[in-house]
Amino acid sequence: MSDLGFDPSLKKKKKSKKTEEASLSPETESAVGSGNELDDMLVGLKKKKKSKKPVEEFGESEKSKSPEADDLSASLGELSLKKKKKKAAKNKDATDFEQMLEKAGVEETIAAPKEFQSSEAVQASLGLPYDRLLNRFFTILKQNNPELAGDRSGPKFRIPPPVCQREGSKKTLFANVQDIASVLQRSPEHLIQFLFAELGTSGSIDGEKRLVLRGKFQPKQMESVLRRYIIEYVTCKTCKSMNTILKRESANRLHFLSCNACGSTRSVSSIKTGFQAQIGRRKRA
Amino acid sequence: MSTIQNFNSIVDPFADTGDTENEPTNYIHIRIQQRNGRKTLTTVQGVPQEFDLKRILKVLKKDFACNGNIVKDEELGDVIQLQGDQRVKVSEFLVSKLQLPKKNIKIHGF
Repeated sequence: MSDLGFDPSLKKKKKSKKTEEASLSPETESAVGSGNELDDMLVGLKKKKKSKKPVEEFGESEKSKSPEADDLSASLGELSLKKKKKKAAKNKDATDFEQMLEKAGVEETIAAPKEFQSSEAVQASLGLPYDRLLNRFFTILKQNNPELAGDRSGPKFRIPPPVCQREGSKKTLFANVQDIASVLQRSPEHLIQFLFAELGTSGSIDGEKRLVLRGKFQPKQMESVLRRYIIEYVTCKTCKSMNTILKRESANRLHFLSCNACGSTRSVSSIKTGFQAQIGRRKRA
Repeated sequence: MSTIQNFNSIVDPFADTGDTENEPTNYIHIRIQQRNGRKTLTTVQGVPQEFDLKRILKVLKKDFACNGNIVKDEELGDVIQLQGDQRVKVSEFLVSKLQLPKKNIKIHGF
């Protein structure tokens, strides 16, 4: 079992792989740090060998190094004999590793990015902890594609709090409708229409593009209405992104919400005012 | 690793998922309107036909200690009007006493 890797018939091929592995692993080990036993083995090797050459070099001058490789494998054999019990599992690993390398080895020496290949092989053979791999995945994803990694704290979607002032005793001035509408990527008219429908009031836009609402409203109340608007007309139901566009399909007169992040579309009901009770003086009585 | 968890349960992809969102037919809308001062008005629109609105109104008026009436609208049918902000109480009543599904009730207003 222990000398499975040193089959004489496969000798030539195996040796080259061995040395490759030897020269490969120190690079990956630093990043991975889970091959302690392998490390030990390598330390032992280092003492016996003068130095290890990079893989590319080795591929070029394979013949010249074959004696060295022989020595290497021999030393490996010695080591494995000494620590037979401890290394049962390790050797298994090593053989797996070799198989992987055998598959990947040819391209590796020619063109393929070495780090990628080697790390893949190491992961496959050593069985890295899931946490570590997950962390690695997310750090890479965050670097390259922050939106996909659930990072929605971008400056683009910070909605400013609604600013409400009283105008007289019966009207409310909603100062930053335009800002909020632009942040949400909606037309102000649509937002205002929704506000009127939800609050059951009417109003107008003044000279500075502020909204004047009839009735008294607190900023807190406006906030809850805005939140409902965002859930209904801004967020993508599929990916929860707020990077969406509201389009009106002229063919069927429906509004469609299409997401810029994940590309999904959903239909959105139009704003309905519903029943409005008669308040104040009656028209005819 | 040998078995993939997600594949164990065979799910029909075309089966009804239960959340039929786009069904605007039987929504019950509960709205609030501001009147003069800090007075408000609650309107309940779209209560299903099979319920006797008059009796419901009577109970609501007694329970919430408020006045109210039924307004007949051409398009929207009969609408219950109640004095004051009774939105939460009305929705609770509709769910518990009339066994209406909560997702069909929409509360509007601030």
